[in-house]
Amino acid sequence: MEIIKGIWFFVQDQILGMKWLNRVVGNLLTSLGVDLESQLGAGLQFFIYDTVKIFVLLSVLIFGISYIQSYFPPERTKKILGRFHGLGANTLSALLGTVTPFCSCSSIPLFIGFTGAGLPLGVTFSFLISSPLVDLGSLVLLTSIFGGKIAIAYVVVGLVLAVAGGSLIEKLHLEEYVEEFIRSAGPVDLEAPELTTQDRLAFAKEQVLETVKKVAPYIVVGVGIGALIHNFIPESFVQEVLGGDKWYSVPLATFIGVPMYADIFGTIPVAESLFAKGAGLGTILAFMMGVTALSLPSMIMLRKAVKPKLLAIFIGIVAVGIILIGYLFNAAAFLFV
Amino acid sequence: MQIKVIGTGCDKCDKLYGNTQEALTELGIEAQLEKVEDLLEIVKLGVMTSPSLMIDGKLVVSGQVVSKDKIKKLLRP
Repeated sequence: MEIIKGIWFFVQDQILGMKWLNRVVGNLLTSLGVDLESQLGAGLQFFIYDTVKIFVLLSVLIFGISYIQSYFPPERTKKILGRFHGLGANTLSALLGTVTPFCSCSSIPLFIGFTGAGLPLGVTFSFLISSPLVDLGSLVLLTSIFGGKIAIAYVVVGLVLAVAGGSLIEKLHLEEYVEEFIRSAGPVDLEAPELTTQDRLAFAKEQVLETVKKVAPYIVVGVGIGALIHNFIPESFVQEVLGGDKWYSVPLATFIGVPMYADIFGTIPVAESLFAKGAGLGTILAFMMGVTALSLPSMIMLRKAVKPKLLAIFIGIVAVGIILIGYLFNAAAFLFV
Repeated sequence: MQIKVIGTGCDKCDKLYGNTQEALTELGIEAQLEKVEDLLEIVKLGVMTSPSLMIDGKLVVSGQVVSKDKIKKLLRP
């Protein structure tokens, strides 16, 4: 048992967390004459360490994830989902959302495809909630920074939110608030192309290059903000505004996070340094979920496919769900930290 | 032969279109090459990711830019 525990902590801290890299960066900076005790020096160390770590993890991760994802193109997901009903369909939809390649820019064709295929509205929404919120990448990155327990808890509550949110939308019977042109599109069944291993590897490589190019600015900005918080914002201020014991911290974090558009990879360094400064665990998770699950650009996209009322209900359900999750984690933080 | 390059006018779609054009020229195949950019048209085809490539109504590439050589193989299996 002790051995397994030892191996796990080695994986968590050294392979995923890359604690050794922090020391390497520290030594390098010291040999260059930088004082690591100074605010600037410590900030610099955090910035370099975090940027390198996230880019390395990101590249390895996206490669692996894309390879798995190449087995689940949306055309196939749609077919698999068509065979299930009720809560089972919502659950499966949320799970498939975690492995299907998806970004807000493709939400409409996807929405139309799913609805046109006759999938219930709730199942589609379960997918729409889980897809940006929970993915394999965030699981690994969260493990690297917050440890395995929190990462798994994040994924589980994210999936619960997707299933519950989708089911609720189903129950409310909002089909009439889907734009007409989507309902009239009708089902088209398309065979997903057969791929060879070589095709999948090429796909994975392309995804890595593309994702790194796309999220690089978010990561640099995210780590920059993280470094600032890390070294210049006083702990008392963070605790006062975002402390887990403050009732307003969760709604505040959610409302700041929702309109923001950033990748989960850019959000994590900010969350990391806020957490280190004493912000509540639930507060931080609420912020991350707000940033990734709901954003202005994706709302504008979705508005093309659904009428304002359904869009408002969708945003409402997700926001309330995130706030509840925030309170839950703040209350149960002692289990994780 | 009817070939459709499908995507809402992104860089990747142009790249796939270019690769397809080159493949056709090199193979000397006479084909009807078409770019589908209208969202509603795309949806009607049942395609959900871009860029995609369709040959005679069959989806052969989904959500990926593929090389000229790969397209050649798809055209002449």
